[in-house]
Amino acid sequence: MKKYIADFQVLDNIKLNAKHHVLELKCTQPLPDIVPGQFVEVKIDGSETTYLRRPFSIHRVNYHNNTMHLLVKVVGDGTRTLSEVNKGNLVNMLFPLGKGFNLTEGKKVLLIGGGCGVAPLYFLAEQLHQKGNKVTILIGGRTSDDILMADDYKAFGEVFIATEDGSLGEKGMVTGHSIIKGQQELQSDYSGYPDSLVAQFDMIYCCGPDGMMRAVAHIAQQAGIPCEVSLENTMACGIGACLCCVVESVKGNVCVCTEGPVFNSQELKGWTTETETGCSLDQ
Amino acid sequence: MINNQKKNATMADLSVKIHNLHLANPVMTASGTFGYGREFDDFINVDQLGGIIVKATTSKHREGNSYPRMAETPMGMLNAVGLQNKGISYFVNEIYPKLTGYTTNVIANVSDSTVEGYVQVAEEMNKLDKIAGIELNISCPNVKEGGMAFGTSCPSAMAVTKAVREVYDKTLIVKLSPNVTNIVEIALAVEEAGADSVSLINTLLGMAIDAEKRKPVLSTITGGLSGPAVKPIALRMVWQVAKAVKIPVIGLGGISNATDAIEFILAGASAIQVGTANFVDPAVTIKIIKGIDDYMQRHNISTIEELRGALVIG
Repeated sequence: MKKYIADFQVLDNIKLNAKHHVLELKCTQPLPDIVPGQFVEVKIDGSETTYLRRPFSIHRVNYHNNTMHLLVKVVGDGTRTLSEVNKGNLVNMLFPLGKGFNLTEGKKVLLIGGGCGVAPLYFLAEQLHQKGNKVTILIGGRTSDDILMADDYKAFGEVFIATEDGSLGEKGMVTGHSIIKGQQELQSDYSGYPDSLVAQFDMIYCCGPDGMMRAVAHIAQQAGIPCEVSLENTMACGIGACLCCVVESVKGNVCVCTEGPVFNSQELKGWTTETETGCSLDQ
Repeated sequence: MINNQKKNATMADLSVKIHNLHLANPVMTASGTFGYGREFDDFINVDQLGGIIVKATTSKHREGNSYPRMAETPMGMLNAVGLQNKGISYFVNEIYPKLTGYTTNVIANVSDSTVEGYVQVAEEMNKLDKIAGIELNISCPNVKEGGMAFGTSCPSAMAVTKAVREVYDKTLIVKLSPNVTNIVEIALAVEEAGADSVSLINTLLGMAIDAEKRKPVLSTITGGLSGPAVKPIALRMVWQVAKAVKIPVIGLGGISNATDAIEFILAGASAIQVGTANFVDPAVTIKIIKGIDDYMQRHNISTIEELRGALVIG
């Protein structure tokens, strides 16, 4: 897919809570086709400590309005500066980058997002819904503050929530949610999962903290369901030139920015033989 | 894309010569920051550049270092990629055919852990018509053996340059390490050993620590610093080396815009390479060419040669 470099005009900057913003950006040229799971590299002006571009998943795409939404979590100076852009400002981006999710048709699919990892799942849920899939969305977070725009996903399927402190949805981590495990007790080796509710799905898509994605990948493997995960390794270029963002795959070290960020979990070395007993969003 | 011919009609003469290489302009891309050129085809017309120096090739396949390989720093970055590449056979069979369509100068960066390895890669590169020259990488700080080890002493820098010179007929550039007490001595040593040109600087050995975790950021603990942060050091070293050697000097280190490029030429560089800035703006090289042209027209300078080493002191 051809990559572009262009300025986007900020149409809106919606503050969701203290840490999270949604930027609505209008492209100054017609948007090309974009696949859910692809990302952009944003140039951040006005932050003295931010030299490199920052990668963000594409949250929403509206071809009719020629706009793209990014979900920005403030984690450092760069994201803080980006979260402070005003309407009318221009933001320079490289897009669309990387390989996105493989979109199934007419299947039962489960989308699992952790914290800011829900970012690519909106566009994904929308497209999967359009392709006749029965979409179920499971969103996890530490507290209710980490559950972002959960209601928006209801347009595409059933939405379930898990928070570690129990402030919203079921208490605990996504891997322990009843939609996955049913009413059984969580076994440390996931041995109960093959017979559990998760087996009703044909495909799992997951984006979130590393530990969460590894745990989900393991459950999927146990249940014999294909699982795609979206990685967020630290990047410099985003276009496969610097070889900084590599992940160890069955083919050796590959760039997350060009071979990913979405991978089938079976392609990743060590991912489907892990035996974590769960995951924490602190990881 | 910009209308090339119309553009050139109004341009100053930016052409330069590095030994037998004719460059349309002094702007090249630094090895390891530009992939094999193809990664940038969506953003620029690569053939508008003076030349491209592609990712390092070694005698055998190398997986490189473990992740994390990168740490951002104030005005720069540390990398510890460790020469990941699929080796010379793969380069010849799979990558080279994709490079032959370029009309610009394609230069191969050559590295290894032994002199024999360097020689083997150079011999293979010598057979490839489209590879206009090689850049001998004796300055990579991210590999356990070889790499920088060759470039930090005069005898070893001479030995590897001499061995490669014996098997390589075309333009031989040697890329120097700044991680030395006296870079001029190394430059003079490789010149004596038969180098046609020197390029400098490779990255500076640095380190980043995550204070919260009390751990190094990079898997290799140390890595190579690049970007605008290193520019003043690079400029100083280019100035020192250009005064001392007779062969052309190619300057690099933090060049991000046309002014930076002109500073290196004023310090004595015949050509320049753009590295880390390609990550921030994949179209930066084309802007730099345009900016050099603007500068020359503004100052009524008709050739790069008039600018080279034209630093006014006192």
